[in-house]
Amino acid sequence: MADVADEKTPVLRLAGVNKSFGAVKVLHDVDFAVYRGKVTALVGDNGAGKSTLIKCIAGIHPIDSGQFYFEGRPVSISTPRDAAALGIEVVYQDLALADNLDIVQNMFLGRERRRGLVLDEASMEESARQTLSKLSVRTVKSVRQLVSSLSGGQRQTVAIAKAVLWESKVVILDEPTAALGVAQTRQVLELVRRLADTGHAVVLISHNMNDVFEVADRITALYLGRVAADVAREEVTSTQVVELITAGRSGDLGLASTAESM
Amino acid sequence: MKVADADFALDRREQTVTSAVRDYWARVRGGELGALPSIFSLASLVILFTALRPETFLSERNIANLFVQAMSVTILALGLVFVLLLGEIDLSAGVTSGVCAAVMAKLMTEAGQPWYVTVPAALLTGLVIGTCIGLLVAVVRIPSFVVTLALFLGLQGVTLRLIGEGGTVPVRDEVIVALANDNMPIWLGWTLAVLCTAWFAASQLLRWRRQRRRGLARRPLGLVLAQIAVVGAALLGLTFLMGLDRAPSPAIVLNGVPWGVPLVGVLVITATFVLNRTVYGRHVYAVGGNAEAARRAGIHVTAIRMSVFMIASTLAAVAGMVDASRLNSVTPDAGAGNVLLYAVGAAVIGGTSLFGGKGRARDAVLGGLVVTVIINGLGLLGSPAYMQMLITGGVLLLAASIDALARRRQAATGR
Ligand SMILES: Nc1ncnc2c1ncn2[C@@H]1O[C@H](COP(=O)(O)OP(=O)(O)OP(=O)(O)O)[C@@H](O)[C@H]1O
Ligand SMILES: [Mg+2]
Repeated sequence: MADVADEKTPVLRLAGVNKSFGAVKVLHDVDFAVYRGKVTALVGDNGAGKSTLIKCIAGIHPIDSGQFYFEGRPVSISTPRDAAALGIEVVYQDLALADNLDIVQNMFLGRERRRGLVLDEASMEESARQTLSKLSVRTVKSVRQLVSSLSGGQRQTVAIAKAVLWESKVVILDEPTAALGVAQTRQVLELVRRLADTGHAVVLISHNMNDVFEVADRITALYLGRVAADVAREEVTSTQVVELITAGRSGDLGLASTAESM
Repeated sequence: MKVADADFALDRREQTVTSAVRDYWARVRGGELGALPSIFSLASLVILFTALRPETFLSERNIANLFVQAMSVTILALGLVFVLLLGEIDLSAGVTSGVCAAVMAKLMTEAGQPWYVTVPAALLTGLVIGTCIGLLVAVVRIPSFVVTLALFLGLQGVTLRLIGEGGTVPVRDEVIVALANDNMPIWLGWTLAVLCTAWFAASQLLRWRRQRRRGLARRPLGLVLAQIAVVGAALLGLTFLMGLDRAPSPAIVLNGVPWGVPLVGVLVITATFVLNRTVYGRHVYAVGGNAEAARRAGIHVTAIRMSVFMIASTLAAVAGMVDASRLNSVTPDAGAGNVLLYAVGAAVIGGTSLFGGKGRARDAVLGGLVVTVIINGLGLLGSPAYMQMLITGGVLLLAASIDALARRRQAATGR
């Protein structure tokens, strides 16, 4: 049995995951691992299967074959609740916040605190504010603001704070900086780094090489649903990663023969 | 970023009444109209009809009439609020109320059953109908519009079969008849009104104090007090008005709050509690606001979808029985015709959005009163049936337009 505290044991590991939507095969034998205190960047071109992969991890899409290991144990994740129970939190590309609810209500959605029959609003509001302060969120006027009134960066922050609220072990961020300006991108990247430094295993999906090389410890490149490379950041250059993304290989890195996989 | 706006400034700063009113106004301009349209239209309609029929419209008798008429519309609308919160619709709610009333009436006249058997039977009928709609909409995933349109026709057939063409089933059970035709003793009416006011005031003030002690976001005390004053004045003023003698001849005395009013009160308070204070209610709003987000949060979206139709149809059963009480009978066309249109109109005029995610239980009351004032007032004016139909249809369209425009405005101002 693997030692949980061991830095070398991935918190979450996927082995040989396959996933098709009808006739379209989106993931081919994907191996993927994330480590405690590390930011793993998941890169790949549009349609490479990044979002699909994390939706499988989150229990939204059932996988066709393959195995998940959590802290060394084989586990099955078939519903979002399974993923949440393991401490896996996902911040989706489309954020998935309910516009008609306020920040507190969104952060606790699906896991509301109760006192008997009644919602415990006071304790939820306090915890939400604490979490936001811990992440040094400075731009939110009121935690009782409706989410529809927030800016893109603020919404992203709320979504990340929501993931952190839950003593989560793995936090997955799907293109958190895609729609953000320079200053807000900086804030979110700092937040990502802080997540890893507080002991989370972080997965960052991004198309932006600057972002990836700024915060990532490891880089996993997907090419047409296959893992082209899984490397430490120091071992590669930005140019190599771009080649892995666009062609599936770069020098002796990458898929053996891309012609076959087409 | 301005310093004043950082670090949850709004939550920490003690808000003054002026700043709260300014915020409120900004929200209204941003398209969050709240109870404004319904209160505004209620006030202007009352002024209009009082001017046109000064003798009759605000007479003690007609005011009591108004409330009795409003009961079933409000109950039906209350159920629809749940359905509309999910952005769905139940076009069969009206005829469901008819079927349930027919079941109740038949059981009473033909099987001689007392109210404590027939009422649960009617409620169960509603629940079964709601479950069927819920299964078809939430599990089979047929659009609710189509399912309930089919039931709108089918259930009228059921009522017709139960009662028979041209037939009428009289309702004579004392308890049922009392709902719309008997009044509470004056002392009981006052006791209830005072207790409710006191309870409302206490709960609001205690909540405010708890929020302040723990440093949570809260409304300014002035606004809380103003709201308590408005609610208290409405409750006590109503009890006073209903306490006046409204008998047609001086020989007898007829006064007091109709029994149906506390029934509506209990239903509305319960619905408010469920929607605002329970996990279930929070999930209803979440599914209405963003079903995908709700699903990812682990909320059982299918179950929530089913449940709202079950609630709506069960409340429709209550509405059907209240109407049967008011009319002392059930006819084959019970709940057909304009009934549903009135109820949807009530919910929408009250402020519930047709697009889902926005609405409150109190909308049914405010909107129900507006709709009833229109029906009642037009009746007093002696306007022909076609005028009544045209006007009510127009009012529903107007309310829906306001809803749609407010929504566009909210999207434009990023609210
Ligand atoms: N629900 C679905 N049904 C059918 N096909 C799907 C579904 N979801 C994704 N796909 C397909 O799977 C492939 C991978 O999509 P995915 O969203 O995972 O890509 P991505 O790497 O996240 O791309 P992007 O960078 O654009 O977000 C695409 O070809 C897409 O069309
Ligand atoms: Mg994607």
